[in-house]
Amino acid sequence: MTSATPRPASDYPPGGDAFRHRHLTGIAQLTPWEISYILDAAEEWVELNRSGAAKHDDRLKGLTIINAFFENSTRTLLSFEIAGKRLGADVVNMHAAQSSVKKGETLIDTAMTLNAMRADAMVIRHASSGAVQLIADKVDCPVLNAGDGRHEHPTQALLDALTIRRRLGRVEGLTIAICGDVLHSRVARSNILALTLLGNEVRVVAPPTLTPPAMERMHVATFTDMDEGLKGADVVMMLRLQNERMDGAYLPSAREYHALYGLTPQRLDKAKPDAIVMHPGPMNRGVEIDSNVADDPARSTITEQVEMGVAVRMACLDILTRRKRGVPGWN
Amino acid sequence: MELKPLLIANARLLGGEAGSLLVAGGRIAALNPSGTPEGTDTVDAKGQWLAPGIIDFGVFATDKPAFHFGGITRAALMPDSGPLDGAGLVERAAKGGKPDLWVHPIAAATKGLAGAELAEIGLMQQAGAHAVATGRARIADAGVMRRVLSYAASLGLTVIAHSEDEGLTAGAVATDGEMATRLGLASAPAIAEAMAIARDIMLVEETGAPIHFRQVTTARGLDLVRAAKAKGLPVTCGITPAHLFLSDTAIGDFRTFARLSPPLRSEDDRHACLSAIADGTIDVLASGHDPRGPEDKRLPFAEALPGMAGAETLLAMGLQLVRDGHVTPARLFDLLAATPAKLLGLDAGALTVGAEADLILINEGAPWQVDAKRMAAWAGNTPFDGMPVQGRVTALWKGGQRIR
Repeated sequence: MTSATPRPASDYPPGGDAFRHRHLTGIAQLTPWEISYILDAAEEWVELNRSGAAKHDDRLKGLTIINAFFENSTRTLLSFEIAGKRLGADVVNMHAAQSSVKKGETLIDTAMTLNAMRADAMVIRHASSGAVQLIADKVDCPVLNAGDGRHEHPTQALLDALTIRRRLGRVEGLTIAICGDVLHSRVARSNILALTLLGNEVRVVAPPTLTPPAMERMHVATFTDMDEGLKGADVVMMLRLQNERMDGAYLPSAREYHALYGLTPQRLDKAKPDAIVMHPGPMNRGVEIDSNVADDPARSTITEQVEMGVAVRMACLDILTRRKRGVPGWN
Repeated sequence: MELKPLLIANARLLGGEAGSLLVAGGRIAALNPSGTPEGTDTVDAKGQWLAPGIIDFGVFATDKPAFHFGGITRAALMPDSGPLDGAGLVERAAKGGKPDLWVHPIAAATKGLAGAELAEIGLMQQAGAHAVATGRARIADAGVMRRVLSYAASLGLTVIAHSEDEGLTAGAVATDGEMATRLGLASAPAIAEAMAIARDIMLVEETGAPIHFRQVTTARGLDLVRAAKAKGLPVTCGITPAHLFLSDTAIGDFRTFARLSPPLRSEDDRHACLSAIADGTIDVLASGHDPRGPEDKRLPFAEALPGMAGAETLLAMGLQLVRDGHVTPARLFDLLAATPAKLLGLDAGALTVGAEADLILINEGAPWQVDAKRMAAWAGNTPFDGMPVQGRVTALWKGGQRIR
């Protein structure tokens, strides 16, 4: 039996359901209360996931979720797969490397094929900005963006917001420094949108070659001096630096990057004494982050982020399939 | 079949004074004639505008239905498909429009448009090429560009140049700005255009050879062209309606129909383009007609190919410039026909006695809505999809022969 637990009326704002979107393609489509709604829902799943033995809730039983990853990923794919399975759904993974994408089939054709298999939700990652939106416009089921090019990675921003809220007790009025390769980072874009929307002061700390244009229009301050950028920060969010950026085109070398932008204990001292350190993983230890910072349980939230990832993705899968499941109040 | 003489009466010539025009033997025989020969057919224009057929300066496909819908009687075909780098190819392309459309192929400046070796420009001229072009990209090597300019000039041909610095624009699909950043699209600074123009203007100064920048779309680029003209250099430039009516906000939601080359610019640059068309810095308004089917456009934004189907909307957007007070009707037809004819060395593009009777009748107020799904072009990739516009062609003659 699919458990369509009726929620109390107080859960719904007047005039509609609490999450009016069919898809989750980006943070840009969300309002602050919709973000809070997802975070609140995720809190419940954190409890379930920690509950020991049977971490199961079968409300998505009988539903098919396709994880279509056109770009390699281990962590995000695993996280979505576990989230779907904990909710009782049948989860199928499609890797681009094994698919007909390599045989020249267009993205739309691949999407229509998946659609014809009657998926109840699709989780999509693609290397090109806007690709997930393109698919979402064509298929009949909810689509979750698991990262498209440099554009957005909304579940990452949501899990980061949840992690901050649990660690610091709130995710508003904070000073948050996002450091590293912002230019190529969808994690940075989604986080900038989410964290500014929730009322935080967001800074970008990056070498000029890795800072996107027109950052002031995103309501963030930019810093090229790491020590300046970290001053008084409540949260230091590091980004992964892809190896191919360090070959001379954007940066002279990994060791120069570490010298100027690596997060060392000395640099972290510039931030607030209780500042937390975040990283979406996988880390390049010794390049963007020192091991003794990454492994300090008092400061680093890196494993907690992974844990929140599963909870947030469970919340998103649950919320986006409510219409399909006929949950009262969702139509 | 011998053509009967034709009188187009009760028309507003170039959107101005009321008058009539007599066509005989396929040519314009008289303006406001006092009498007409025996057996003359008369068309009552009922106050519609009479103008020369549009000479579309720089299209990427021979797309007759779209050209006829848009009032285009002559199309200067860019050398990119082929590419048109040999006399035989030029000759064949020139025949592509017969009998009801003039196609004027533009010769590739370099072999294979590779930007390295001079193409047989002289032989292509003999085969019917009236200009030379660098294609969709500029010639990166300044030495090659210098030789192309002076060689073409010796043959009396203008070089049509693309203006983007390839180093700055490598991999970019948008202009630096809020839109590109929010969408996560690789972008290049707008100065990439001015940098390319600056180099080529210096080469023009050096060689004395004429150049036409096919699309100048930024304030900085237009300033350079304006200054070069003030110095008396043989520099002209053009634009398409897209950069006059749209800024980069049009790429929101990853609309690939708005993926153009050069990419759409900021609102400030758009206003600079409008000022430049008003003050005479811009010489040519062209469609850049480049129909692209879903296989090229229904893709993620960065993977889609640039280009727009512009032939059908060119006139309507031009008339919008008139309504908005940026240009007079007479100047609009300079932009659309007279100046392109001059640059191609054609005796056309104006309502002058003796010229080929390539004529269009325009209902300048007729309202219609651009609809990507119902275009005459073979692909509907228009960034103006859904836009209400005014003005359409109600009749079209080529060499006195009624086509539409």
